[in-house]
Amino acid sequence: MKTLIVYLMSGSETPELAAAAVEGGADLVELGFPFSDPLADGPVIRRAAERALGEGMRTVACLECLARTHELVPNVPLVPMTYSALLEAYGWERFATDAHDAGASSMILADLPAGERPELKRIQLVAPTSTDERLRIAAEQTDGWLYLVTVTGTTGTRTGLSPALAGLVTRARAITDAPLYAGFGISTPDDARAAAGLADGIVVGSRAVEVAEGGPDALREYVCTLREAVDSVVTN
Amino acid sequence: MTSAGLYGAYGGRYVPETLVPALDELDSGWRAARADASFQAELDELGRTFAGRPTPLTRAERYASDKRLYLKREDLLHTGAHKLNNALGQAVLARRLSKRRIVAETGAGQHGVATATVCARFGLECVVYMGEEDMRRQRPNVERMNLLGAEVRPVEFGKRTLKEATSEAIRDWITNVETTHYLIGSCVGPSPYPEIVRELQAVIGRESRAQFLQAEGRLPEVVVACVGGGSNAIGIFAGFIDDAGVRLLGVEAADAASLGSGNAAVLHGARSSVLSDADGQITDAHSISAGLDYPGVGPEHAWLRDSGRADYVGATDAEALAAFRDLTRLEGIIPALEPAHALARVRELDEELVLVCLSGRGDKDLAEVLAQ
Repeated sequence: MKTLIVYLMSGSETPELAAAAVEGGADLVELGFPFSDPLADGPVIRRAAERALGEGMRTVACLECLARTHELVPNVPLVPMTYSALLEAYGWERFATDAHDAGASSMILADLPAGERPELKRIQLVAPTSTDERLRIAAEQTDGWLYLVTVTGTTGTRTGLSPALAGLVTRARAITDAPLYAGFGISTPDDARAAAGLADGIVVGSRAVEVAEGGPDALREYVCTLREAVDSVVTN
Repeated sequence: MTSAGLYGAYGGRYVPETLVPALDELDSGWRAARADASFQAELDELGRTFAGRPTPLTRAERYASDKRLYLKREDLLHTGAHKLNNALGQAVLARRLSKRRIVAETGAGQHGVATATVCARFGLECVVYMGEEDMRRQRPNVERMNLLGAEVRPVEFGKRTLKEATSEAIRDWITNVETTHYLIGSCVGPSPYPEIVRELQAVIGRESRAQFLQAEGRLPEVVVACVGGGSNAIGIFAGFIDDAGVRLLGVEAADAASLGSGNAAVLHGARSSVLSDADGQITDAHSISAGLDYPGVGPEHAWLRDSGRADYVGATDAEALAAFRDLTRLEGIIPALEPAHALARVRELDEELVLVCLSGRGDKDLAEVLAQ
């Protein structure tokens, strides 16, 4: 079975949206904690972050959102995804502790590359530009699975699957046995199927955030189509 | 952080993984260039024959008649501001790294013009990100960039000024990192950028120290410069940082005072003193001067502030405008609004021997000033 991960921006309706994503077949949910200047994000998630901040989704509110989501889907791993600025202000260790207590299984920091603050356990990202040496460091330090950034670029929908993913999977596989989940630029069932054919799982972010604006039913239906696509890949 | 490039607790590399190999490559390319005498020789030659270095030191007798005030005339540099020092150096560096495409951000437009200029000079593709609000208030510089062959891309979200333009330039770099050099305009950003920009601007400090000694037979008591991101200030400070008797004074825009009223926070790849709230979210800066209208500042300035080596004060829009008008009428020099902030604090200083970095000329600001 390939793993299906859905990213949602924290907000007042996010717990119900996360539950709908899980009903649709998501195995893991990433919860965006919004930052005012998200360098790794394209326009969809940047705008979602601006809206969330406008609605008061500051760090404490995001942790509460995480805790409520955990109550609704207690058996699904939840992973906050955010930026260093929030932890710098909140306290790095305090954030790790409080996120864990609220039900997080790990975290992702989009702007804290492998090698920096190795004591902070988190899921590491690797990219097509990562050298083999950096893949090794990321694999050693990562918390459970490795996040493969499929493109040289920011988050957001693209046409077709990035041709860089296959090579990145091959290089990462040669270095680690950790599960390899691919994200950035995956939006359609076709993308999902193609990416799941290469990696152990996929992450869908920007498109899920867009669909979630239509409410839980629309999101459940969309995630179902991704689940079917991912499950159509024959695993050996 | 494990990376070099720390100034006390400031600096570092808070960037997506995609950029780390490029920063490593830039760092080693920069060190190789620094160790190569031909790199410095090329920069010196370009400075002399293309940029107009050395720039003069001008005694300003009428602006502050009870002082011995000198202006380091970076406004006379080609393109009208100190920004060209950095743009030339980084363009030569980009060529050494075989990068043929340049992206940059700009606020006042001076860095954008300098970047477009060096790209024209070296035949490099040039894309400049600029906030819509800044494009409105610095129109002549947009036109200059277009003439020079650069593509100016408007940034239409947030406050539509330098912070957003910088974010978009970094996103472009993330997307095109294999072909593109990010020619950052100030001593901000992830390591090694603050060091590169400081060293390329340090020519201001080297020249003005020697010129001041020649003019007065001694060093200034205080060196004053405006601080937005802080590149002209760090450049002139660099010449005097080891002279313990010389006070270093940075002047920020009062409502963009990253050092005066900011907190330790992470913005654009580095930890520094930033206008930010208790949650680490970046808050808005405000200044009549587009070049100072930025909520962050170079990490070395945060460190100089904490260590006590430099002092930082503010000047309001109104004070800067008054200084702008006074320097124009009393000295026949139209300054940019940015260094007008530095000039605004000069008359009240206790010191008599004063050196100010006149970082740019004011042509770009005429419409804004005349509208006041």
